[in-house]
Amino acid sequence: MGDERSNELGRRLTGLSCPISLTDYPSVQLAHGGGGRMSQMLIDAMFVPAFDNPVLELLHDGAILGVEGARLAFSTDSFVVHPLFFPGGDIGSLAIHGTVNDVAMCGARPIAISAGLILEEGFPMEDLWRVTRSMEDAARAAGVPVVTGDTKVVDRGKADGVFVNTTGLGLIPDGIEISPKRAEPGDVVLVSGAVAVHGIAIMSVREGLEFETRIESDTACLYPLVAAALEAGGEAVHVLRDPTRGGVASALNEIARSASVGIRVDQRRIPVWEEVRGACEILGLDPLYVANEGKCIAVVEKRIADAVLDAMRSDPLGAEAAVIGEVVEDHPGTVLLRSEIGGTRVVEMLSGEQLPRIC
Amino acid sequence: MKFVDEYRGEAEARKLVAAIGDLVTQPWTLMEICGGQTHTLIKSGIDRLLPPELTMVHGPGCPVCVTPIELIDRAIEIARRPGVTFTSFGDMLRVPGSSTDLLGVKSEGGDVRIVYSPLDALALARKHPDREVVFFAVGFETTAPANAMAVWQAEQLEVENFSILCSHVLVPPAMEAILGAPDNQVQGFLAAGHVCTVMGYWEYEPIAERYRVPIVVTGFEPLDLLHGTYMALRALEEGRWGVENQYARSVSRDGNTPAQDLLKDVFRVTDRPWRGIGSIPHSGFELSPRFAGFDAAHRFDVDTITAQESPECIAGEILKGRTKPHECPAFGTRCTPDHPLGAPMVSSEGACAAYYAYGRYEESVPVDIEPVRD
Amino acid sequence: MCLGVPGQVVEVREDPLGMTMGVVSFAGITKEVCLAYTPDVQVGEYVIVHVGFAISKVDEDEARRVFELLESMDDLGELDVPQPASEEG
Repeated sequence: MGDERSNELGRRLTGLSCPISLTDYPSVQLAHGGGGRMSQMLIDAMFVPAFDNPVLELLHDGAILGVEGARLAFSTDSFVVHPLFFPGGDIGSLAIHGTVNDVAMCGARPIAISAGLILEEGFPMEDLWRVTRSMEDAARAAGVPVVTGDTKVVDRGKADGVFVNTTGLGLIPDGIEISPKRAEPGDVVLVSGAVAVHGIAIMSVREGLEFETRIESDTACLYPLVAAALEAGGEAVHVLRDPTRGGVASALNEIARSASVGIRVDQRRIPVWEEVRGACEILGLDPLYVANEGKCIAVVEKRIADAVLDAMRSDPLGAEAAVIGEVVEDHPGTVLLRSEIGGTRVVEMLSGEQLPRIC
Repeated sequence: MKFVDEYRGEAEARKLVAAIGDLVTQPWTLMEICGGQTHTLIKSGIDRLLPPELTMVHGPGCPVCVTPIELIDRAIEIARRPGVTFTSFGDMLRVPGSSTDLLGVKSEGGDVRIVYSPLDALALARKHPDREVVFFAVGFETTAPANAMAVWQAEQLEVENFSILCSHVLVPPAMEAILGAPDNQVQGFLAAGHVCTVMGYWEYEPIAERYRVPIVVTGFEPLDLLHGTYMALRALEEGRWGVENQYARSVSRDGNTPAQDLLKDVFRVTDRPWRGIGSIPHSGFELSPRFAGFDAAHRFDVDTITAQESPECIAGEILKGRTKPHECPAFGTRCTPDHPLGAPMVSSEGACAAYYAYGRYEESVPVDIEPVRD
Repeated sequence: MCLGVPGQVVEVREDPLGMTMGVVSFAGITKEVCLAYTPDVQVGEYVIVHVGFAISKVDEDEARRVFELLESMDDLGELDVPQPASEEG
């Protein structure tokens, strides 16, 4: 059976030319990893058809697998952030939190995590130890053990110090059904706190753009906050998403697209710290497109929205949780924003690349 | 944020919109010069709130958009040279040249870097004396003093491995070119507030006189644009012309004298081609003879490469305000920010980019969204 | 390119070339800014910053102009301003 399937796939792929136009993109661009439109295109045009299975097609933060009556959440993420050490964290803590959060965004209780390291020859051993300690601290605090891993070393110049891949496994309790497709008209859109913090923290230490700030990355394990939200809302919590690369704007667009619904948000309701605003103003950035590493978007039924909001606010990471918008039937697939002065505009997917390698 | 938030108030905006509505008794066409102003109009949704009698036409105030394609090709040629660190403001990186863009050169292995300020480029040159650091000096008069300072400091500090590729353009000649065109529809201007912060607005007085148009120096926040629009319309309705200053918190008639003094030392006025528009006399800056050694075009001896514009790109029509971005046949289909045919689709001040990013090709966008209630 | 952001001067000094340099705060973010074009600016005052240079000092009196206009409109009772369906506080 396995042989038949792989032969069949092999036959399908042989003779098929590359689905990405080689005149447009003869080589991979940074924007293909940016979390915006070009990333989406690469996934939709190349990976989804190539790997061709219904679990992948859902394109959630993680895969949901039914295994003998249990539902497992399975998620992977690679971390190529530069610089490796930044205010509030490093590639290690980011890698643990990022995958634990992706598993949590499936509505699952994270059980275990793996860590694969690709090290550059010449990488200081002291830095490796620092990253390792950081990963362990994050894993311990999250209650999720690093149970297996792998280490490779490549020639000097072939990796930026270290690249990390983490893969996580979680168990979805009964009565929880999280999927981007579940967003429906009448639902309320919540965010768990102030946005754009991580991206700005990274920008502040990038060469050529430095500025002085006390802002630290918001990288954190979101599972307790998510668990509280799920406790309050149960299966009336429809969608969970952590808005990493591409920011809140891209996450909302993905949800609107997935569920074929319209989303409307109110600019003045979106929590943004003053300092983050200041940084965005001088860099000409829109906070809606800047990455977050410790925030969660939830799309929930109106009747339990207040309960979920209260539950989020009771968690230390959710003190600034807010209602930012709603799901509507109109303009399916499109996200609209009410501006500060009461005008309207469309919030598009991120185009190209806004911030290189921030997570 | 002080001097920002106050100019984004909803109640004040509504009042100004109502005042404009009350004022207007006939159709008028206004042009806002600066791409940054275009972006505010579209981003905050002001364009949709203004009365239908008012046509806002988007001007050529996007220095990235009007940088000639030959210059992009030269930049690419220089950036490909070994030993060169090519530095630039962010949005120049994705402007299409004849065959590729600077980001493409980066992905081929070229040392192309984004900087926030031309002084950062100079600092790089001092830090890496073994590299030739080139800065892509693009901008209107607003940016010229910064670029002038970098060159002036390079001379003072005897930094030999620093040079600039200069693409400076000036607003008043462009305004005259627009007003002088036989089929010109523009009846009044919102002039660029930060250009005028540097240059003052006395240069616009003869233009306003000659063509009998109101020119209102305007800022960039939503209330500034509404206020400037109100002032321009009031002048039109009352049959007045001349220059008025909405952005008085930053602009004076004389402008910034120390900045202008250094500009006179470092630059001189020259004829310049504007991408999509053509050559406009006395409309640009080049380095003065004393500083000509810092000209990257000479230092790197880049040949004039024959430039190939996309036959489909109608950037010139967009920049002159003749056509709106969403009226272009390639808009949103063959031309997108990920795959641009021309500059206005990638520049942070480009009209096409604004229309695309803020969804102005969606006819179904409603004008009024309910605020989120507590 | 015409991006100019207002910020508050928190430090003023002279650099080795005799140029006035300083630090400007934007809602708490601070950045090194060249103040050569606003040489007489004092700590506490606001400047408009473009690509790392202060290009003008904000005239706080003039900054009120648009609000004075709005007040005068109120006084004359001229406007019939449509309100949004739910009045926000």
